[in-house]
Amino acid sequence: MSPTSEPAALPSVEAVADGCLLVSHRLTEWVGNAPTMEEDVALGNIALDLLGQARGLLSFLGDEDQLAYFRDADKFANPAICASPNGDFARTMLRQVFVDCWLEQVWSTLTEHEAEVVRGVAAKAVKENAYHRRHSRSWVLRLGDGTEESRRRLLLALEELWPLTAEITVPGWRESVTGVLVAATVPVPTAASVDDSAAAACASARRELLAEMQSLARAHPGASW
Amino acid sequence: MTTAAPRAWNVLAEVMDPEIPVLSVLDLGIVRDVHESADGHEVRVDVTPTYSGCPATEVIVADIRAALSASYDEVDIRVRLSPAWTTDWMSQAGRDKLREFGITPPNGRALLPVLGEDRPDACPRCGSRDVEQLAGFGSTPCKALWRCVTCREPFDYFKVH
Repeated sequence: MSPTSEPAALPSVEAVADGCLLVSHRLTEWVGNAPTMEEDVALGNIALDLLGQARGLLSFLGDEDQLAYFRDADKFANPAICASPNGDFARTMLRQVFVDCWLEQVWSTLTEHEAEVVRGVAAKAVKENAYHRRHSRSWVLRLGDGTEESRRRLLLALEELWPLTAEITVPGWRESVTGVLVAATVPVPTAASVDDSAAAACASARRELLAEMQSLARAHPGASW
Repeated sequence: MTTAAPRAWNVLAEVMDPEIPVLSVLDLGIVRDVHESADGHEVRVDVTPTYSGCPATEVIVADIRAALSASYDEVDIRVRLSPAWTTDWMSQAGRDKLREFGITPPNGRALLPVLGEDRPDACPRCGSRDVEQLAGFGSTPCKALWRCVTCREPFDYFKVH
């Protein structure tokens, strides 16, 4: 199926909130482990922005803590890519390009949302996301057009992550991602088709992520610090 | 913007950003409106957060509340998300204070999508325009880390936002 014939599906506010929350948590797994101090700081900053954006939307949808910590894994509405495991640095950065390009379109659309709170969160996030995308794009360019090893890893990450993008149908996403991949001298795959085994692996990874993220709040309900 | 509450504005001019203690909340441009009741007992302040994930925002709101509570019986602080804060709202005095503090202020206006060209105009220490980026993200959400090629000192740059 060609990309132009796919329906122009805009994600729900819930999908955006959950996507930001879970990819933020994934990025925090790099804090203390990133390849350089500067990268550690960058990933921490990006994670913090995404967490703030998620909090803004979750608070609009209901009680943010209840939604983040006491909802079961199968109730989350995030695109699978947001919760997929970090893998190596190439995989994390390629995932971030996919997510940043998705959010680039999503935030732009949500600045016109009917609810004032959502418009406000989106107007702020548009600018934050521009900085995130610049960062992830610059790394994917260096990895794709870098050493033999960095390119090998990026191509492997593309092979692994691409099937997860089948559910991303927001208009403009493919063009945005294609621009990055072409600049990174990486062949652009044809539109992904839904891969049930990849989706199942992601659902499993999300359960593990949430088991860790939610454990403290569930062990001490009502605690504050 | 209401200007008829000089007592409140004077108090707010002394509430500093916890991360950048030379900047007041007025310099930052996050105070959007101030209303004082006719009898002078109550005050309402509308505040716009700087960054989605900035931990300083909660501290700033608490600091504003504490400062105004010394002068008013009732303090109502409302967080206003729209329109979104931008570095364009930072005062010229605030920009000057930032540079003196060793942080180059935002260079240019926050027009999308021109963030790709966002760079400091000069080193805050020696004034050289020969500067290079070390990292796009810094110690707080507002900053990037740069280095002066002339004097070799690293410095913070307050990004256009």
